[in-house]
Amino acid sequence: MLNLTSLFLRMKRMKGGEEGGDSSPGNSSPEVCKKVRTQNTEDSEAGVASEFLDSDWARLPQELLLHIFQYLPLLDRAYASQVCRGWNQAFHMPELWRCFEFELNQPASSYLKATHPDLIKQIIKRHSNHLQYVSFKVDSSTESAEAACDILSQLVNCSLKTLGLISTARPSFMEVPKSHFISALTVVFVNSKSLSSLKIDDTPVDDPSLKVLVANNSDTLKLLKMSSCPHVSPAGILCVADQCHGLRELALNYHLLSDELLLALSSEKHVHLEHLRIDVVSENPGQHFHTIKKSSWDAMVRHSPKFNLVMYFFLYEDEFGPFFNDEIPVTHLYFGRSVSKEVLGRVGLHCPRLVELVVCANGLRPLDEELIRIAKHCNQLSAIGLGECEVSCSAFVEFVKMCGRRLSQLSIMEEVLIPDHKYSLDEIHWEVSKHLGRVWFPDMMPTW
Amino acid sequence: MVVNSVHWFRKGLRLHDNPALQEALNGADTVRCVYILDPWFAGAANVGINRWRFLLEALEDLDNSLKKLNSRLFVVRGQPTDVFPRLLKEWKVTRLTFEYDPEPYGKERDGAIMKMAQEFGVETIVRNSHTLYNLDRIIEMNNNSPPLTFKRFQTIVSRLELPRRPLPPITQQQMDKCRTKMADNHDQLYSIPSLEELGFRTEGLPPAIWQGGESEALDRLNKHLDKKVWVANLEHPRVNTCSLYASPTGLSPYLRFGCLSCRVLYYNLRELYMKLRKRCSPPLSLFGQLLWREFFYTAATNNPNFDRMDGNPICVQIPWDQNPEALAKWAEGRTGFPWIDAIMTQLRQEGWIHHLARHAVACFLTRGDLWVSWESGMRVFEELLLDADWSVNAGSWMWLSCSAFFQQFFHCYCPVGFGRRTDPSGDYIRRYIPILKDYPNRYIYEPWNAPESVQKAANCVVGVNYPKPMINHAEGSRLNIERMKQVYQQLSHYRGLSLLASVPTIQEEAEPPMTDESQTSSGPDSPPRGPADSEAAGCSTAPDSSTVCASSTYALHPDLKDKGDNYPSKKPYTSSGSLTQSSAAITSTFASHPPAPLSPAQSPLSRSKPSSPSSSCPTFAESPSPTTAPTQTSSLGQRRKGLAHKVRRSQRQRGRQSWTLAPREGGRKSEEEEREEAGGEERMEEDVEQDEERMEEEPSEETAGQQQ
Repeated sequence: MLNLTSLFLRMKRMKGGEEGGDSSPGNSSPEVCKKVRTQNTEDSEAGVASEFLDSDWARLPQELLLHIFQYLPLLDRAYASQVCRGWNQAFHMPELWRCFEFELNQPASSYLKATHPDLIKQIIKRHSNHLQYVSFKVDSSTESAEAACDILSQLVNCSLKTLGLISTARPSFMEVPKSHFISALTVVFVNSKSLSSLKIDDTPVDDPSLKVLVANNSDTLKLLKMSSCPHVSPAGILCVADQCHGLRELALNYHLLSDELLLALSSEKHVHLEHLRIDVVSENPGQHFHTIKKSSWDAMVRHSPKFNLVMYFFLYEDEFGPFFNDEIPVTHLYFGRSVSKEVLGRVGLHCPRLVELVVCANGLRPLDEELIRIAKHCNQLSAIGLGECEVSCSAFVEFVKMCGRRLSQLSIMEEVLIPDHKYSLDEIHWEVSKHLGRVWFPDMMPTW
Repeated sequence: MVVNSVHWFRKGLRLHDNPALQEALNGADTVRCVYILDPWFAGAANVGINRWRFLLEALEDLDNSLKKLNSRLFVVRGQPTDVFPRLLKEWKVTRLTFEYDPEPYGKERDGAIMKMAQEFGVETIVRNSHTLYNLDRIIEMNNNSPPLTFKRFQTIVSRLELPRRPLPPITQQQMDKCRTKMADNHDQLYSIPSLEELGFRTEGLPPAIWQGGESEALDRLNKHLDKKVWVANLEHPRVNTCSLYASPTGLSPYLRFGCLSCRVLYYNLRELYMKLRKRCSPPLSLFGQLLWREFFYTAATNNPNFDRMDGNPICVQIPWDQNPEALAKWAEGRTGFPWIDAIMTQLRQEGWIHHLARHAVACFLTRGDLWVSWESGMRVFEELLLDADWSVNAGSWMWLSCSAFFQQFFHCYCPVGFGRRTDPSGDYIRRYIPILKDYPNRYIYEPWNAPESVQKAANCVVGVNYPKPMINHAEGSRLNIERMKQVYQQLSHYRGLSLLASVPTIQEEAEPPMTDESQTSSGPDSPPRGPADSEAAGCSTAPDSSTVCASSTYALHPDLKDKGDNYPSKKPYTSSGSLTQSSAAITSTFASHPPAPLSPAQSPLSRSKPSSPSSSCPTFAESPSPTTAPTQTSSLGQRRKGLAHKVRRSQRQRGRQSWTLAPREGGRKSEEEEREEAGGEERMEEDVEQDEERMEEEPSEETAGQQQ
């Protein structure tokens, strides 16, 4: 199999080489085709080609060809399609066009290359009905996001199963006129009818368009990622949860999270939820956040005992008031900004399902008791990362000892560890390695 | 036979521990010390006034020291390739000596000069003294590829013999033996140029904080070693307000220009430690800074694309934003974040900033807030930073932007909190941004949050007298952390939830004891991989990363792979397309970098970027996955290790191939470019008809992971 592929590529290269030498590239490719087709007679004609002639390439069954083609990057397939009619047909086999990633970048705003406009046209013309798994990657320019919307609105005769709109730099879909975006998106919603996976983070999607989604795809929708979609209201997402009983993964911002939503997701009709990702972002300092009842979380855990609750916090220290006062079934916690000792203390008390914890920053006082409390109460904790924090070496060793080998990830900046009377920085890596049962070092930064 | 020596100074601007200079003197009848610079290019070069001033002062100091030995420095205007034929003839030179330059550009330049010297029948002697170790040796010991983690590097270094001991300074006696008559018009012909001659305006130029030259370097070394200072530094490595200011014991610019020998520093530290601690061998951590420098030099020495993302085999391809406006605000200290602006102001004014300050601004520009390419930041540092070595600068930027070297990326420095932690009083801010001097401590790191009355009382209204913050840090870092995750999860093909999903190889690099066995098993000499293996490696590459994709495709070619494996580490690289002679040859000291690439990605040929080779690359990479249950995280270590291994192997392969394939680079690009197959689906595997072997493999691997 691999040999085939490589031979194949070599052949293609050979062809490319000829093309380079020939001033009229139009001539060279049919010639190669001929060589391949009339293999038995013209052995001696081209020494390089002869090695392929024995293997009767043109009669390669389509299934095999398809298999080979699946390993080839698009451009290589395009080259190959010029070899003969059979290969050209293979090039257009629907199986090869199920997945496509449109990359829309402007030279002025991105270092990356973009999908060629001609190719996009081709796909829309010949293969749009084959597309099933589609994503759009756009750079920071509004033009790119608009181009993505233009393509979307042309996908009228296709039935997508997954759609992802991904901004690789700034959230440029937010810059597109909302009406343009919505109409493009609803084209897909209305026509596809079997969308199962939808990733539309950082877009201007709104409640009415979600209604269209639900009306057409409620039986199939399994994944919905829509963090930072400011035009969606709690009622809008609630409507999705009420109707789409197969929804298993959901990502949204905290302001869309409500007790009603959790109850809807834990209703009997609803499948077990697998992942819920919540971003808690403060738009302006001192923002007030609502609380979620413990009973709602309890209902969730009863209904989906294994679900992951992933929470990303990007808050100022004084905005944590409403959080972690009651037990919360969070499994993955990320504190992107400074978080106080007190809040971490509450985490230790109220997050019994915690698996991963990242603390990017904390004040100047060591987190000793907090970590030890976390080790004591969070019996599933297996990964922890500490950034701009401080922990005394002996408290850290104690923490590791309590967690033991279940700590599969331990990412601690060297500056975090404060040497004390028991351990110096040189000694700590031995001590920690001993308790982990593997060699461990703190993360180091270049001193430059 | 008469021996007429020329010693060519580039870096290594010193008379102590200068083995090449010693060789020049050895048995010679005449010796001339030469420095070549081209004033015409000085203005065009991306080197700021502080760096030029430092260099000129260093040359001045060198000339003064030579005068004391009855010799002089010859500063020759022009380009080495133009100047040398004339000099070699005019002075009847028979021996040319210079310090080994391990950087790719330098190697190429020196190769050309050596060839020319050979044609003139001139003997060339090159000695290594800019780095502690022989870098090729380190690479050889790591199975012919440079170690890509610092830990690994340390392990290898610890197995090496100690660096060569430094040589004494050259003496009057040595010089007397090869006294060279100086022309009366020496000053006219070979004087050190002034800043004005180089095209800089010097009115109002404040005095230098960092005075260039060997004498200053040795003074500082003594202060640096002053017992109290040093012991204090070792025991309290914590950064405080003081550490942010230029220190009279700082040495980095002197190491950069070679005013101070790194070996002299090394042995002085070592002896001092042994004296103080009464232990026989000091820990490697003692030499932290020196070893980091060495680490980056090693990583760069065979990689002419080390200072760019495109075509750089160790650099992760990240979809940075092109945003000249944001870049300018950052570079000019107008971000509206006092901590960032103060650092950039200090950098521009003085030419040096503390390494944590470098981390802060680099993180802010790249993965933390602005999402602008590290290459742009690197170029700004290259202009302003006195100690910016080509290798160290590029390496550190890749490091800090999480583009290489496998470190965690979950943590971004906060442009408010980080400064406040370091200097709670804000005095540092007040010094470099005097307009904020009347702000109370509480608001000095976030003046936009001060009530209007406070702003007015401080005579600095945000938005009028001082810029508003150019970005909402919370929002910016939220977006960027997602983006980093996208990039890295695709790289590692890891589909779990790990918030800590740092770059895949941390574990692997640290874990196995560095036995020879473990090395060979992952080294280039390992037996050829089975098809399954290479497919898996193919899968584990990132749709985002053109180079990674290249590797996966090329891994399928037995012929190319073999070439890669046989690639000898010491073979000088041949690809010179990227290194243009002209602007790189400004002066031999600065000229270690090629000019800024002309936005390689923008060529009309390369219009579409390669994508994942298989349809099973994760697009919805970062969080929820139906196949991951809470239990999965615990089995992560195992699973990741295997994948990481493959990624790394394919990376290595890529590294080698990019050299061997250099001649057909152009052809290869065009093949890569249209690799359009979508990395469509991953999350909802059950939806995908499993018509590809690969897709069947994936879930089973996942389950296997869970069972462990």
